Amino acid sequence: MDAIEVRPDPRDRRLARYAAAAIAASLVEAAIPSPLPGVKPGLANIVILIVLVRHGWRDAAWVSVLRVLAGSLLAGQFLAPGFFLSASGALASLCALGALQPLPARWLGPVGRSVAAAFAHIAGQLLLARLWLVPHDGLFTLAPVFFAAALVFGIVNGVVAARLLRDNAA
Amino acid sequence: MSTGGALLRPGDLLVIVAGIALTAATAAAQWGRPAPSVAQVRLDGRIVAELPLNGTHRISISGALGRSGDTVIEVQPGRARVAADPGPRQYCVQQGWLSRSGSVAVCAPSHITLQLAGPDGGADTMAF
Repeated sequence: MDAIEVRPDPRDRRLARYAAAAIAASLVEAAIPSPLPGVKPGLANIVILIVLVRHGWRDAAWVSVLRVLAGSLLAGQFLAPGFFLSASGALASLCALGALQPLPARWLGPVGRSVAAAFAHIAGQLLLARLWLVPHDGLFTLAPVFFAAALVFGIVNGVVAARLLRDNAA
Repeated sequence: MSTGGALLRPGDLLVIVAGIALTAATAAAQWGRPAPSVAQVRLDGRIVAELPLNGTHRISISGALGRSGDTVIEVQPGRARVAADPGPRQYCVQQGWLSRSGSVAVCAPSHITLQLAGPDGGADTMAF
C-alpha cells in the first residue's frame, strides 16, 4: 500500500502558526459575553491584518478560511447558522481587503484596512442574515449598532495590529 | 508592503470618516421615524376612509352612536384629530392632534378609530 505523505513547506508551517493564533483569539473571544449577538471585538482579525501586511492577501485569506473552519469545529458550531454568518463575514472582509490591496501602505495603513474589513464583515453577515435567517427588513433596525461596533473595534484592532507590526518589524 | 510608518495614515482617517458617515446615515435612515402619509379611519375594524395628510379635510361618520350625532375627523397637513364624537367620555377628542406615524385615537363607544400610517405601514412590535 502506498503511503501518502504530505510534506509541509515553510509557508505551510507559517500559515498554520498564524491560523493557530487566530483560532485561539476567536476562542478566547467566544468566552467574552456580548450584550448583543453579532457584536464581537473580532480579535482574530488582528492576526489576519498582520499576515496581510507581512505576507500578502493570499496568505491572509488562507489564515482567515482556516480560522473560520477550525474555529467553528472547536466551538462546535460547524455548519450551524453561526458558522455561515462567520464565513460570510470573513469572505466579505477578505473581498474588501483584496480591493484595497493595490493602495500603497504609506497611504493606507492597517487601521484603515481594519475598519474597511470590519464594515464589510458586518455587511456580509447582515446580508446573509437578511436573505436567510430573518427575511424581514426589521433586521436592519440594529444595523447602526453593528456599524458603530465595527467602527470602534475596527479602529482598535487596526491600532493593535499596527503597533505589533511596528514593534516587531520582521 | 512595508511594515513601517505611522500608526494612522491619511487614508486611515479617510476610511474612519467614511465609517462614521455611514453609521450616522444608517442610524438616521433606520431610527428616524417615517412621517405619516395617511390618516386611516376605521368603523368596526374596517377602513371606511383614508385621508392623505398633505391637505385639509373634514369628514363626518355615523358610528355606533349615530343617533346621538356624527364623529367628525379633521385633517390638516401632517396631522389629524377627532374633532367631535358623541361618546360620553370624549377620550378620542381630548387626545387632540395626532402627528406621529402609528399613533391612534380610539372612540370606543362609536366603534371608530383614527390611525396615522406611514408609507410602509410600520410595525407595532417585532419578536425573533
